[in-house]
Amino acid sequence: MSTATAHDTHHEHHPGGLLRWVFTTNHKDIGTLYLIFSLVMLFIGGAMAMVIRAELYQPGLQFVDPQFFNSMTTMHALIMVFGAIMPAFVGLANWLIPMMIGAPDMALPRMNNWSFWILPFAGLMLVSTLFMEGGAPAGGWTMYPPLVLQTGDAFPFLIFSVHLLGISSIMGAINIIVTIVNMRAPGMTLMKMPLFVWTWLITAYLLIAVMPVLAGAVTMLLTDRFFGTSFFSAAGGGDPVMFQHIFWFFGHPEVYIMILPAFGVVSQIIPTFARKRLFGYSSMVYATASIAFLSFIVWAHHMFTVGMPLTGELFFMYATMLIAVPTGVKVFNWVSTMWKGAMTFETPMLFALGFVVMFTIGGFSGLMLAITPIDFQYHDTYFVVAHFHYVLVTGSLFSLFAAAYYWLPKWTGNMYDEKLGKLHFWLSTIFVNILFFPQHFLGLAGMPRRIPDYSVQFAEFNQISSLGGFAFGLTQLLFVYIIWKTVRGGAKATDRVWEGAEGLEWTLSSPPPYHSFETAPEVK
Amino acid sequence: MTSTSGGYYVPHGSHWPIIGSIGLFVMLQGFGNYLNGDGIGGTIMLVGFLILLVMVFGWFRVVINESEAGTYNTQVDRSFRWGMSWFIFSEVMFFAAFFGALYYARVFSVPWLGGADPGTNEVLWSGFEAAWPTNGPAQLGGEFNLLDPWKIPALNTLLLLSSGVTITLAHWALKKGNRGALVMWMLATIALGATFLGFQVYEYQEAYSSHYNLTLESGIYGSTFFMLTGFHGMHVTLGTIMLIVITLRCMKGHFTADRHFAFEAVAWYWHFVDVVWLGLFIFVYLL
Repeated sequence: MSTATAHDTHHEHHPGGLLRWVFTTNHKDIGTLYLIFSLVMLFIGGAMAMVIRAELYQPGLQFVDPQFFNSMTTMHALIMVFGAIMPAFVGLANWLIPMMIGAPDMALPRMNNWSFWILPFAGLMLVSTLFMEGGAPAGGWTMYPPLVLQTGDAFPFLIFSVHLLGISSIMGAINIIVTIVNMRAPGMTLMKMPLFVWTWLITAYLLIAVMPVLAGAVTMLLTDRFFGTSFFSAAGGGDPVMFQHIFWFFGHPEVYIMILPAFGVVSQIIPTFARKRLFGYSSMVYATASIAFLSFIVWAHHMFTVGMPLTGELFFMYATMLIAVPTGVKVFNWVSTMWKGAMTFETPMLFALGFVVMFTIGGFSGLMLAITPIDFQYHDTYFVVAHFHYVLVTGSLFSLFAAAYYWLPKWTGNMYDEKLGKLHFWLSTIFVNILFFPQHFLGLAGMPRRIPDYSVQFAEFNQISSLGGFAFGLTQLLFVYIIWKTVRGGAKATDRVWEGAEGLEWTLSSPPPYHSFETAPEVK
Repeated sequence: MTSTSGGYYVPHGSHWPIIGSIGLFVMLQGFGNYLNGDGIGGTIMLVGFLILLVMVFGWFRVVINESEAGTYNTQVDRSFRWGMSWFIFSEVMFFAAFFGALYYARVFSVPWLGGADPGTNEVLWSGFEAAWPTNGPAQLGGEFNLLDPWKIPALNTLLLLSSGVTITLAHWALKKGNRGALVMWMLATIALGATFLGFQVYEYQEAYSSHYNLTLESGIYGSTFFMLTGFHGMHVTLGTIMLIVITLRCMKGHFTADRHFAFEAVAWYWHFVDVVWLGLFIFVYLL
C-alpha cells in the first residue's frame, strides 16, 4: 500500500475542521480522540494528586479542609481509573487492533464513535460535581454505603456518570471483541494474533461481564437514597457489606482490565528490542486467560477485615495467591525473551523494562496483602496505596508511556526525540519511586489512607513522598512536550520504524493511510 | 458518503452518535436535578429523552435503509450477530447483580440479622427472627401480604413461554417465505407480550393497594421484588416495541428467507427476556 493512494482516500472523505472529529467513524481518528481525552484526564486527575500530596507534606491541616481532601482522593481515583487509564487502552486498541489483524476498520464504526463521544459528557458530569452544593463525592471511589449516601447534590451525578462511563466501556468492548473475532485477515488464526490483540480480547470479555454489575450496584445505591429501597440497610433486612461484595465482583476484574492490555503492550515491545521472538507465546495466552478466570473468584480479598466467615477468608486468600502463578509465567517469559537477546535500550524498551521490574514489586506487595492475617494489619493503610500505585502507575501508566513511544513514529510518521524520551523515562522512574516507595514504610508503620492529617512520626516519609510526587507530576509536562514536538515534525520514521519490529502494522507506511487494509493482507 | 472497503462496509461519518450522547447527557442531567428537588429537572429530563428518541429513529432509519439497499455483506451481518450476542450477555450480567443481591440477602444478611451470626443479632437487632419474605428488623413499609404466585405470575409465565413459541413459528414462516403466517404469528407474539405487561401493571396496582401493601419500601423483599420485576418489565416493554418495529418491517416486505438479522436479533432478545422471567418466577415468586 503506497502513501500516494493513501493520501487520495485521505482527502476524499472526511469533512474538515472540528466536525471531522465529532462525526468520524475512522478507527484512527477515534483512537486519537481517546488518547487525547485520556491525556487531559491524566492531568486533571494528576492535579488532584498534587493537592493530596501538598496537604500531606506536613502533619496538621495546611491547605484544604478534610471534606475537600476526601473529595480529592475520591475524584482522583475515579478520574484516573475511568478517565485516564481505561480510555487510553481503548485508544490503543482502536489504533492498533485493525492494523495488527489486517482489518479495514473496527467492525462497528458508528458505535465506535458513540463509545468515545459519551466519554467527554461523562467526564464533564463527574468533574462538575466539584462545584455542586455539598461538594464532590468524598466517600472514596469504591462508593461504599452508607457513607456515600451522605453525598450532597453531587450524588445522582456521581451515579449517572458511572452509568455513562459503563455504557461507553461496554460498547467499546463489544466493538473490540467483534473486530477481533470477525475482522481478521485470511490466515490470521487466533494463535497467530499479536499478544496485544489477545490481551484485549480477554480484557473486552471482562469489561462486558463486569461493567453491567457495577451499573447494577450503583443503581441500587440510587434507589436506596431516593426511592426507599433497603438493599444496603440492615433496618430493612439488607446489608451494607452486600454492596462491597457486588462492587468488588466488578472491582477485581476491573483491576485486570487495567493491567492485561499493559501485559499485551510489553509483550509487543520486549521482543522487538531483544530482537528475539517472544518466549512462550502460547503460555502467555493461557496465562492471560487464567488471570481473567481467577479475577472472578478473588473479589473478597478487598474486604478481609469486614467480618466474613472464616471459610470465606481462607477461600479468597488461596484463590488470590493462585494468581501469582500465571503472573509469574508472564514475568518469566519476558525475562526469557531477553535472555541472550541482542538488546538495545530505546525509550519504549526502557519503559517496558521499568514495567517488568516495578510491576513485579507491586505484584509482590499484592501477594503480601493476599495473606489474610497480614492484611488485617495492612488494610486501609498506605501500604495498600503503595501497592496499587506500583501496579497502576509503574505498571499500567508506564506501559502506556512505552506504547506511546513505540507506536508514535508509526502514527505520526516522525521519530520522537530520543534524548528527551530517555530523560522522561529516567526522571519518571526516579521520582515515581521517591513518591511511592516510602509509602510502603508509612503503611507498615500504620498510617491510614484517606486521612488529611497524621501523627508526627510519619512526617519525614510523607515529605519525601510529596517531593517525589511534585517532581513526578512536573516530569509529565515533558511527556506532553515530546508528543507535541513529534506531532509537529522531526526525523522521518521508516515504515518498520524499529529494526526488530514484527507484525502487520509495520508493513504499512508511517503514518499509515487513512484506511489501513482496504484489501486484506495474506498472513502466512 | 459511503464506500466499501474490501467488501466490508465502513460508513464515513455519522452525526447520530453525538446526538445520542447529548440526549443521554441532557436526560441524566435533568434526572439528577429532579432527584435533587429542582423543579425544572423533570422537563429537562423529558427533553433529553426526546433527543434520544430522535437519535434512535434517525440511526435505525439509516441502518435499515442501508440494509435494504444491500450495503451489508455477510461479514457485516456476522459483526451484527456477534455484537447483539455480547450485548445480551451484558444484559444478563446486569440482571445478575440484582439476582446476586437477592441471594445474598436470603442466604447471608437476613439469617445473620436473625441470629445465625450472634454478634450482629445481639448488637443490632436482638429479638429479630429471620424469615423470608421480610421487610427487615425495622419492619420498613409496614406489614404486607404476598401475591399468590399461582395466579397472575403463573399466567404470565404461560403467556411469555407461549410468546417464545409464536415467535419461533413466525421465524419458521419467514424462512419458508410465508408472509401471511409470519405477520400473523408476530402479531400473536406482540399480543402475548402486551397482555403480559397489562397483567404486570395490574399486579403492581394490587401490590400497592391497601390489601397487600407490598411496595418498593417494604424492606429487602420489596426492594428485590420490585427492582427485579421492574427492570424485567422495562425490558419486556422495550422488547415489545422492538417486536412491533420488526412486524411493521415484515409487513413492508423487508427481510428475505435467508437474510433477516434484525428479526433474529429481536427474537434472541425476546427469548432472553423470557429466560429472565423464568428465573424471576422461580426465585422471586415461588421459592
